[in-house]
Amino acid sequence: MDREAESAEQTQVHGLQEMTERPKWDNKVQYLLTCIGFAVGLGNVWRFPYLCQVYGGGAFLIPYVIALVFEGLPLLHMELAIGQRLRMGSVGVWNSISPYMGGLGVASMAVSFLVGLFYNMILAWILWYFFHSFQSPLPWRDCPLNLNHTGYVSECEKSSAVNYFWYRETLNVTPNIETSGSLQWWLVLCLATAWCLVYICFIRGIETIGKAIYITATFPYLVLTIFLVRALTLSGATDGLIYLFTPNWETLKNPEVWLDAATQIFFSLSLAFGGLIAFSSYNAQKNNCERDALIVGCVNSFTSIYASIPIFAILGFKANENYNACRNWNILRLTNAFNIADENITLENYGDWLNYLNTTDPSEVDNLNLKTCDLQTFLDQSASGTGLAFIVFTEAVINMPGSQVWAVLFFVMLFSLGLSSMFGNLEGVLTPLLDLHMVPSWMPKEIFTGLICLSSFTVALIFTLGSGNYWLEIFNSYVGSMPLLIIAFFEIISVVYIYGINRFNDDIEWMSGRRPNFYWQATWRFISPFMLLVVFVAYVVVEAEKQPTYNAWNPDYVDFPLADVQPYPKWVYAICVLLSVLPVVSIPIVAMYKFTGFLKKYIENRHIYMTLSLV
Amino acid sequence: MLEKILILLCLSSALAEQPCKPDASDGYKVRLSIKTALGDEAYVWNENEMFLFRATLAFAMRSHLNGQEFDVSNIIVCDETPRVTFWFVVTSPLNTSGLVDKGVVEEAIRMSRNRINSAFLLTDKTLEFIGITPTLTAPVNPDTPPWLIVFGVVMGAVGAGIIVVLVSPLVLKKRKKNEETDEDEEETGVKAVENGSTREGVYNMSFSDDERLTQM
Repeated sequence: MDREAESAEQTQVHGLQEMTERPKWDNKVQYLLTCIGFAVGLGNVWRFPYLCQVYGGGAFLIPYVIALVFEGLPLLHMELAIGQRLRMGSVGVWNSISPYMGGLGVASMAVSFLVGLFYNMILAWILWYFFHSFQSPLPWRDCPLNLNHTGYVSECEKSSAVNYFWYRETLNVTPNIETSGSLQWWLVLCLATAWCLVYICFIRGIETIGKAIYITATFPYLVLTIFLVRALTLSGATDGLIYLFTPNWETLKNPEVWLDAATQIFFSLSLAFGGLIAFSSYNAQKNNCERDALIVGCVNSFTSIYASIPIFAILGFKANENYNACRNWNILRLTNAFNIADENITLENYGDWLNYLNTTDPSEVDNLNLKTCDLQTFLDQSASGTGLAFIVFTEAVINMPGSQVWAVLFFVMLFSLGLSSMFGNLEGVLTPLLDLHMVPSWMPKEIFTGLICLSSFTVALIFTLGSGNYWLEIFNSYVGSMPLLIIAFFEIISVVYIYGINRFNDDIEWMSGRRPNFYWQATWRFISPFMLLVVFVAYVVVEAEKQPTYNAWNPDYVDFPLADVQPYPKWVYAICVLLSVLPVVSIPIVAMYKFTGFLKKYIENRHIYMTLSLV
Repeated sequence: MLEKILILLCLSSALAEQPCKPDASDGYKVRLSIKTALGDEAYVWNENEMFLFRATLAFAMRSHLNGQEFDVSNIIVCDETPRVTFWFVVTSPLNTSGLVDKGVVEEAIRMSRNRINSAFLLTDKTLEFIGITPTLTAPVNPDTPPWLIVFGVVMGAVGAGIIVVLVSPLVLKKRKKNEETDEDEEETGVKAVENGSTREGVYNMSFSDDERLTQM
């Protein structure tokens, strides 16, 4: 009871201080758009469609919706509620709930900072491609010529112009992670631009974010709609869409599908970063957070599905183009070898001609080494992540009339998606620091945010090295995954069992006017923690089974352009483990620290009591 | 006598046929893809077109080897196919039985490739000389890469924006200070009148001293 009274006092004192100082949203729309912008990020565009395609199209929606309902929405509602009630960033909130769980806030802050580092590097790459979209022809269409202009550069010829532009001219990637290479000056420039753009929106915290979000959160939807209309008119679009949405019910028997659906929903909603807590802490306390959570969660999932339609229409178009190019290559070979008049063999009568020529002169036909052209193989060439945006999509854009316009639109859309997510990452760092009063009073907020951006930029220069892409993959896999699952699990346990679910229900009733119904009770108390635990254990088991390897781009590799699969060296693997462990190690450390303090006090009190009773 | 004449005739005709044959050492194979290039506006390949080809090639030889007067008859064509491919050899005007060297022919064609292509409304891809690779167009390298220009524009706009956002509150503060000093001079006059005003926050100095005295 003492502890509760203490923490209640603390919140009251904080409340008094904040009622005079704490900034707030101009209106509800700003708040909702910011949360939606944070949740809707690059993963909605380039991870969800890939998962849909790999895991049997329409059938994947079933585990996805189940994960949303039983894991995503409860956690989302909980984070928004505690931020709104306790009116502090992640560190303050968890300190208030229980001093032993203060480490959760530190962990959230650390993860937000680390993710913000590499996420902005991706934005820098997007800017690089955006800058290059204003040329005719697009620079990734043609291979450059070699030194004596007799042919094309061999690395480009063996792979493809798009691959070459990404790996050589953008990243200038080294053959393995041990070779660091040097800082690529063009990437440093792009990274600086990205951080400046983030800074100008983030300069005064939510005051400026709230203005910027009107554009960055809504613009992607506009572009997606334009792409949807354009993509559906392309030939081969329907092939792509049928391929995407045809359900393959067999995949539901594979447990990896359920694991991927759960992790996708979890990372997609940007839970456990502390950003959502920070955003809702600037709300008025009397606000219906249940409705907000439902809106944000459903809009996020709707966006994923809506984005996958134009993406797959365009991928179907690209597969169709490749398929036709393959068949046309065969036709040309036949025409030239048999001296048939050109354009006599067309795509339609190709089959008949092939049969006729096979019967008349089979040996000659064999000698030609005709390619087997199968539309399915081209459709199967799936990609996710940076591969989708910078290799597959750029290749598709070359073939669309008016390529520059589509390229510019696409990269601006990706940039806005990423920028609105960056706001959440940085707020997850800024708000706790402001609440802990770690900002000297003489320093205006603008300088403090500038310092955060500058220090992040300096650390993120690692990713501009030659081996930067490999390091980014490491950060992405090891920081942006396991620590978040651990933090979320402890979050829900803290709120439900340490803060007390009844107290939490009372708070929500006070804030929104309605007591949470049976669905929320059941999910908060049992279903969501259980699911999180299962997902975490399964994730660890699956990751432990896999050998820690990475795909290197090595032009001297025997099977180039296939990826050179290399194992991580020992020191790199140590860094990977460190990245997974360091953010979450603060949870037990803070708990231990507080516990030893408590023990000391207890022993002292006992000592005093014993001496007094003796007297 | 008659037999000798017959043999000579046969030999000469054989010799005349020999220079142009498929896989001739000094000949080139030409492949045209007219329909692919022109679609509906494709012309039909006939004797006249072939004549134009031979004339164009003679022109190319003349341009390259200044002085030697190549004529249409110096370009011998054979082995035509419906694909529109054929072989040709070039005989020297100085020695009708001797063939011009392959390398010389290649150079001549390379020099006038553009003219030959335009005579037939075709391109390097649709009018192919098998064995003569088209010279790849050197990429256009502008002095300032265009991406740096876009970068400069974006960075300039963002930099200006940051400066505006940072400086504008300072400017507003200064303006407020100037306005406030003006207002203060006005307010001291007004305060004396508005004693019983509804403004609760006004700290009325005249009463505070009395309070201290009474407390003591």
